Amino acid sequence: MANVTLTIDGKKVTVPEGTTIMQAAERIGVKIPRLCYHPMLSIEGACRVCVVEVEGQRTLAASCAYPAEDGMTVRTITPEIREIRRDIVELILDNHPKDCQTCERDGNCELQDLAYSLGVRERYYEGERKSYPMDLSSPSVIRDPDKCILCHRCVRICGEVQGVSALGYSHRGFKTVVMPAYNLPFSESVCVTCGQCINVCPTAAFLEKDSTQDVLKALADPDKHVVVQFAPSVRASIGEGFGIEPGKPLQGKTVAALRLIGFDAVFDTEVGADFTIMEEASEFVERAKNNDRMPLITSCSSAWIKFIEHFYPQLLPNLSTTKSPMSILGSLAKTYYAENKGIPQEKIYSVGAMCCTAKKFEATRPQTWIDGKVRVVDAVMTTRELVWLIKNNGIDFMSLHDEDFDDPLGSSTGAGSIFGWTGGLAESVLRTAYYLITGETPEDIEFEELRSIHGIKKASFNIGGKEYRFAVADGLKNAHILLRAVLSGEEQCDFIEIMGCPGGCIGGGGQPYARSTGSIPLDTELLKRRAAALRIEDRSKTIRRSYDSPWVQRVYREYLGKPLSEKSHKLLHTTFVERKPIGIWREGVAP
Amino acid sequence: MNNNTCSKCEQGLNPEKLAALDKFISEHPDPVDPQGALIAVLHEAQELFGYLSKDVMDYVAEKLQVPTADVYGVATFYSYFTLAPRGKHLVSVCMGTACYVKGAAAILDTIEEQLGIKTGETTEDGLFTIVETRCIGACGLAPVMTINDDFYGRLTVDQVPEILAKYQKEYRSSD
Repeated sequence: MANVTLTIDGKKVTVPEGTTIMQAAERIGVKIPRLCYHPMLSIEGACRVCVVEVEGQRTLAASCAYPAEDGMTVRTITPEIREIRRDIVELILDNHPKDCQTCERDGNCELQDLAYSLGVRERYYEGERKSYPMDLSSPSVIRDPDKCILCHRCVRICGEVQGVSALGYSHRGFKTVVMPAYNLPFSESVCVTCGQCINVCPTAAFLEKDSTQDVLKALADPDKHVVVQFAPSVRASIGEGFGIEPGKPLQGKTVAALRLIGFDAVFDTEVGADFTIMEEASEFVERAKNNDRMPLITSCSSAWIKFIEHFYPQLLPNLSTTKSPMSILGSLAKTYYAENKGIPQEKIYSVGAMCCTAKKFEATRPQTWIDGKVRVVDAVMTTRELVWLIKNNGIDFMSLHDEDFDDPLGSSTGAGSIFGWTGGLAESVLRTAYYLITGETPEDIEFEELRSIHGIKKASFNIGGKEYRFAVADGLKNAHILLRAVLSGEEQCDFIEIMGCPGGCIGGGGQPYARSTGSIPLDTELLKRRAAALRIEDRSKTIRRSYDSPWVQRVYREYLGKPLSEKSHKLLHTTFVERKPIGIWREGVAP
Repeated sequence: MNNNTCSKCEQGLNPEKLAALDKFISEHPDPVDPQGALIAVLHEAQELFGYLSKDVMDYVAEKLQVPTADVYGVATFYSYFTLAPRGKHLVSVCMGTACYVKGAAAILDTIEEQLGIKTGETTEDGLFTIVETRCIGACGLAPVMTINDDFYGRLTVDQVPEILAKYQKEYRSSD
């Protein structure tokens, strides 16, 4: 591709043709203020905060959308631009609540930062302000249109990255609102509860539904035995909530903090993952042997489950019926653990700290409960909520000494750690399936083909003389692409792993706001650094295959019998339902 | 996938009108973007069904494979589309610049008063719906209004009751 040379703020810069002025300016160290722009999404050009002066042009240009041209002279800041940018943000603020101090995103808000850096010190304009009810219907995501500044990042990520399009713009001009079709409550829409709208929202127009107050209430109740578990990706990213560079695994400190907060027992969701692997690998071996409902498709990711229930109900029989690690651990806490400890089941209050907003939804699914009656996880907090709870308790997180999980649901294998990164579940199942089929331990247990980058990955493995084809997708738009290829017969697989969020759980909708460490939400580099933390965890484990775990063996021996036993089916398996409205994916939507 | 029909919608919607809509869709394929026919299809659907109900929009969404939220966005963006049933007679008052300057607001007030409803509403007998419209290109005759396909120009406030009475009378005589 040809290069173009232009002058930005007096400096010459050469960039490939097609580069925008905004990107070109970054090459010379100028980060033009921006609001609606997001590198992973299509260009909206709605906010005009990024306007620059292009010599010879009658009007200012939106630098996010304007391609750099050869010989162009650009000024990114002039007295006029300074004033215009400030005016734009002042006008946005005019139609925005004045409640920064009580807002969930106080100190973590792009609009707030922008108002500061652009020099808004007074609010000059006082005009009509919109007023709409909040949508509190979803167990996972809250929508507050009054805080929305119509940057449309949520609409774009929902359609372009997740292929869900639960959100759209409705009405026009001042009356424009971002909402599900027909202004339906989230809970009645195709929303899959992934929470990516929260990740990209510059303000607090989307938030997770708060569970911390329920947790605090349970902790204060002397009659309750409150147990907590946390997901692999929580330890890989929790530090970010305290301003620590991404990529530092902080398992021991998280355990210590949870004990300080007052939880009676701290368990590891990775142990749940070990059981998921045992059950799912057994299902895989069984189904592959009988060529029954193949390919087997994973079902750990709760947003993915709601997605397939709306969009591809014809594939529901192919799903693994094994519960997610969270629900398995919750089930064991309320049965095996309760019985061993002699605590009545109804006294156990089970909490999950997850990287995920969809897990809040999963916890409300009666299909995941014991006999459809007993909830296995009573409250799910996101990583962000856990960070808040730790701060609320006045804990100096980084100064804590590492502590270990409680037994018996606290000793996991490395197979559980890697669940958090796309391909990890497939790799873990492969480690165990290999053993189940051949009776041997695979020599190299790190399957590079399944790791690499994210998107869609495919690989074949020879197990016991037979080729098995694995396919892995992360982000639900990729799920569309992969599943359509499978349905059309173009793609033939034996095992499919799908994770609802870009990058897998580490990119979950409940993770610390990327901006708390100066990162960009869902940026590949950020996701890779979090993934690296999971990798460190995996390699630090002495046992790296689920079937080798003495704890897993013990629970099977003492309690469950064997994988896929009647008791396993009762406690560790779930069912799925076809959901309305029918999901529609508009293929080929940008970018 | 594109041939999917929504059985739930079909039960509630008039099958002849649906067939006419299907025919329209198959006769107006968008050569560049198969989903680009959305506005034209909604237009036709409104002609056929009188307004765009949720069932109609669901049907169009599935037929064209456009996410429902996008269909709803288009239907609420354009003032031409209506999401609620309209009266037999659509009283449409131009509020474009020329008409406005020439007293369209007073005309609209009189109509509201005469019919006892606000703009955007429908009379209880289902006879009239009042809407505001932007310039219809008859500025030389301002202020103007249309009732269905009938056109009224150089309007004065005192003409309004008489004009409305004509439609009311038609209705009564057809009873």
